Amino acid sequence: MNGADAPAAALELEGVGFDYPGRRVLDEVSFSVSVGVFCVLLGANGAGKTTLFSLITRLFLCRSGQIRILGRDVRHDAQRSLSQLGVVFQQPTLDLDLTVRQNLRYYCALQGLVYGDLRVRIDEALGRLGLLERADDMARQLSGGQRRRLELLRAMLHRPRLLLADEPTVGLDIHSRQAIIQQVRDSCTQDGVGVLWATHLVDEVRLEDQVVVIHRGRVLAQGRAAQILADTGSATVHDAFTALTGGPHR
Amino acid sequence: MSPRRYLGCLLGILAREGLRFLHQRERFFGALVRPLVWLFIFAAGFRSILGVSIIPPYETYILYEEYIVPGLAAMILLFGGMQSSLSMVYDREMGSMRLLMVSPFPRWYLLLCKLIAGSLVSVTQVYLFLAIAWFWDVRPPPLGYLLVLPALLLSGLMLGALGLFLSSVIRQLENFAGVMNFVIFPMFFASSALYPLWRIRDSSVALYEICRFNPFTWAVELIRFSLYAQMNWIALAGVGAALALFIAAALYGYDPGRGMARYKHSA
Repeated sequence: MNGADAPAAALELEGVGFDYPGRRVLDEVSFSVSVGVFCVLLGANGAGKTTLFSLITRLFLCRSGQIRILGRDVRHDAQRSLSQLGVVFQQPTLDLDLTVRQNLRYYCALQGLVYGDLRVRIDEALGRLGLLERADDMARQLSGGQRRRLELLRAMLHRPRLLLADEPTVGLDIHSRQAIIQQVRDSCTQDGVGVLWATHLVDEVRLEDQVVVIHRGRVLAQGRAAQILADTGSATVHDAFTALTGGPHR
Repeated sequence: MSPRRYLGCLLGILAREGLRFLHQRERFFGALVRPLVWLFIFAAGFRSILGVSIIPPYETYILYEEYIVPGLAAMILLFGGMQSSLSMVYDREMGSMRLLMVSPFPRWYLLLCKLIAGSLVSVTQVYLFLAIAWFWDVRPPPLGYLLVLPALLLSGLMLGALGLFLSSVIRQLENFAGVMNFVIFPMFFASSALYPLWRIRDSSVALYEICRFNPFTWAVELIRFSLYAQMNWIALAGVGAALALFIAAALYGYDPGRGMARYKHSA
């Protein structure tokens, strides 16, 4: 951490572009997410959300534009940038052949944390999710919603200042979805975590959320959801999205 | 990050690979059955056909079973290395590879940890195989069991690094079977695992030269000599050089600006 000179923005993107062979997938993407803000990256499938996440997490190299996490360029200061980052990927990343506790222990090792030091905190968090009694069960035995909530808990173990969540609620029932979103919103307000929440589900957006609408690799609108509704003269986020992208959307 | 945290990261990855191996019992037994079939059946059948003259490190005539045991030990490492890379491709499709890659530790270190973990699992299997072979009357000198350990580790790392490199260039699991056929079988058969190379030279000098420069041959000979408490410096140099080359290729393959970008379409 920088300490007193810590920047306000958890995440800043400036003119980020990316090409697959013969195809531009991200074009001049610029926006920022402040600490303690829940920002929805709203876009249909194929809009470039996952590619953007791959660039932020340095799975791909950002050659065009700049990405900064708490003021640090991910390209030049990868280790310290990544240490401030928690990620829930679109694909499940729990090891189903390990127990809940073994999964968390493995993650601690990858983050340079000592599991024993966090044991109490981990047990408390598992208790809040109702998973403490199942800590020694194989991850395979958990339901889809429980696995996702566990992944979320895991992503927050090292107390990151920025959380990236790539469509984490896809395929879950309505109750699991609500529980997961609430879990993240709580972290956002209580712990001051900046959240970038990628989704194509418009009903996950609240009027007070910061929203970045991305379509075919370009940012079409950004600001508070209420403001975007006013600017597009729409009554709902669904209508606003349709007005901006010019196409039908679920 | 302090050295203690680096060590914690290594131990965490070792524990994960070890637990996965123990939990996947089919994989555990599958890895043992393969060389045992070769030892119990193939070697019995070919014993009378493939006579082996006295060649170093052996000081007397030996049975065919005894000749192929080091080759089969190397085969376990070869399959282990490839299986480990197969799991990397699987992990990547399932997303858990991403978890590894976004760790704040340097990427080269994470891949090295993964490589060491995979090699240790394979070496454990080899020792189990050697124990069973002992009951089959293949009994190298007791000191050989100790001296072969560095040879197994080095060879395991070399073959694991090859697998790691392959996993960086293979996009999807479906492509893996083809590569296995193009890598495992040619490497195994064009080596000294099943027959001494002078027998190949009698048939084809060109093939003999290919076999001589096959990294798998170096691994087999390094293991063979070490198991009989001798050193084959050429094999050691060969395995070392191949290890350096394959590690460099694997790190290149997993560089975010280069190889990683190749499988972006599956993202």
